[in-house]
Amino acid sequence: MLRGIRADLHIHTCLSPCGELEMTPQSIVRVCQEKKVDMIAVCDHNSAENVKSVQKAAEGTGLKVLAGMEITTAEEVHLLAIFGNEAQVTRLQTIVYEHLLPGENDEDLFGVQVVANEQDEVEAIVTKLLIGGTTLSLEEAVEKIHEIGGLAVPSHIDRESFSLVAQLGMIPEDLPVDALEVSALADVEDVKHQIPGADRFPLITSSDAHRLDEIGRVTTTFNMADTTLEEIKKALKRIDGRSILHAGESPC
Amino acid sequence: MMEIHKIVESLGLEVKAGSGVLHGRVEGGYVSDLLSDVIANSKKGDLWLTLQVHKNIVAVATLKELAGIVIIGGKTPAEDTVKKAEEEGIVLLTSPLPAFEIAGQLYELGIHGRN
Repeated sequence: MLRGIRADLHIHTCLSPCGELEMTPQSIVRVCQEKKVDMIAVCDHNSAENVKSVQKAAEGTGLKVLAGMEITTAEEVHLLAIFGNEAQVTRLQTIVYEHLLPGENDEDLFGVQVVANEQDEVEAIVTKLLIGGTTLSLEEAVEKIHEIGGLAVPSHIDRESFSLVAQLGMIPEDLPVDALEVSALADVEDVKHQIPGADRFPLITSSDAHRLDEIGRVTTTFNMADTTLEEIKKALKRIDGRSILHAGESPC
Repeated sequence: MMEIHKIVESLGLEVKAGSGVLHGRVEGGYVSDLLSDVIANSKKGDLWLTLQVHKNIVAVATLKELAGIVIIGGKTPAEDTVKKAEEEGIVLLTSPLPAFEIAGQLYELGIHGRN
């Protein structure tokens, strides 16, 4: 049976250098439950090392955790990659790590990159420069994501930094992405009219939360049967009655 | 003002596309890697220096009627970028030098930025 499912498909954890340390697996799951978010995607910058622990922390809670990453492409476009399972995002992570620009993270400048376990204990500190970019072009990154079976969604296209539209001036012709993400700062209807070509794509909104209180500040409500990536794929294509019911601030 | 082929010769730039339209005139210069900024602030007839290699640079140059594009830092334009530049008649040049050096050399030739 189809029902409204609230999704926040862009949440950072304490692994992102700019993510607050409070963004631990258990805390993220707790806040999602408080805010009645049904499913999320963990999307840290150029890494997916906290996906598994958030998934484990969510076991038995009813919260679905998709396996994602926010890639910085060679053009400095932020691009969400969202998969159904952790093995897929780990495959992408191998490719992204091979294409990371060289350098080590400076914790004083950018923040600590913590890999946590499902008990919120520190497992490791990532020293790679995750805040930097990769040498993967936008088109290459989209191709890799699709090869592995995920969704490719340019992040916060309305923003002036690291967005598809800011970096590349306009939405490239024939770009085979699955949706575009509108940030919490903009209204989906405004974006549809202001950015030429945006109306050719499904538009979703997600919180891009770097702090706990940002989780669920905007969400996308899908009309679908289950909290799976396959169902979201159908909703984006409006297949079998699936659709996007609402994108923006929560109506409740 | 200067014909673009003179700049190509003086600076030793490599012509990747638009070899048939090198008589075009360069009236000024602009440096930016944010394409939205180039759309907002470049001027018709500018020679544009950038490290971006995505095919959208050709769309921006066409839209703004720029004199041409110099891809700096030894970067190679994407294949579809070269193809699109040929189709649109946009001069696409490359140099191994960084943008600062190219801009300096252009300035010495009398090509300036414009407000």
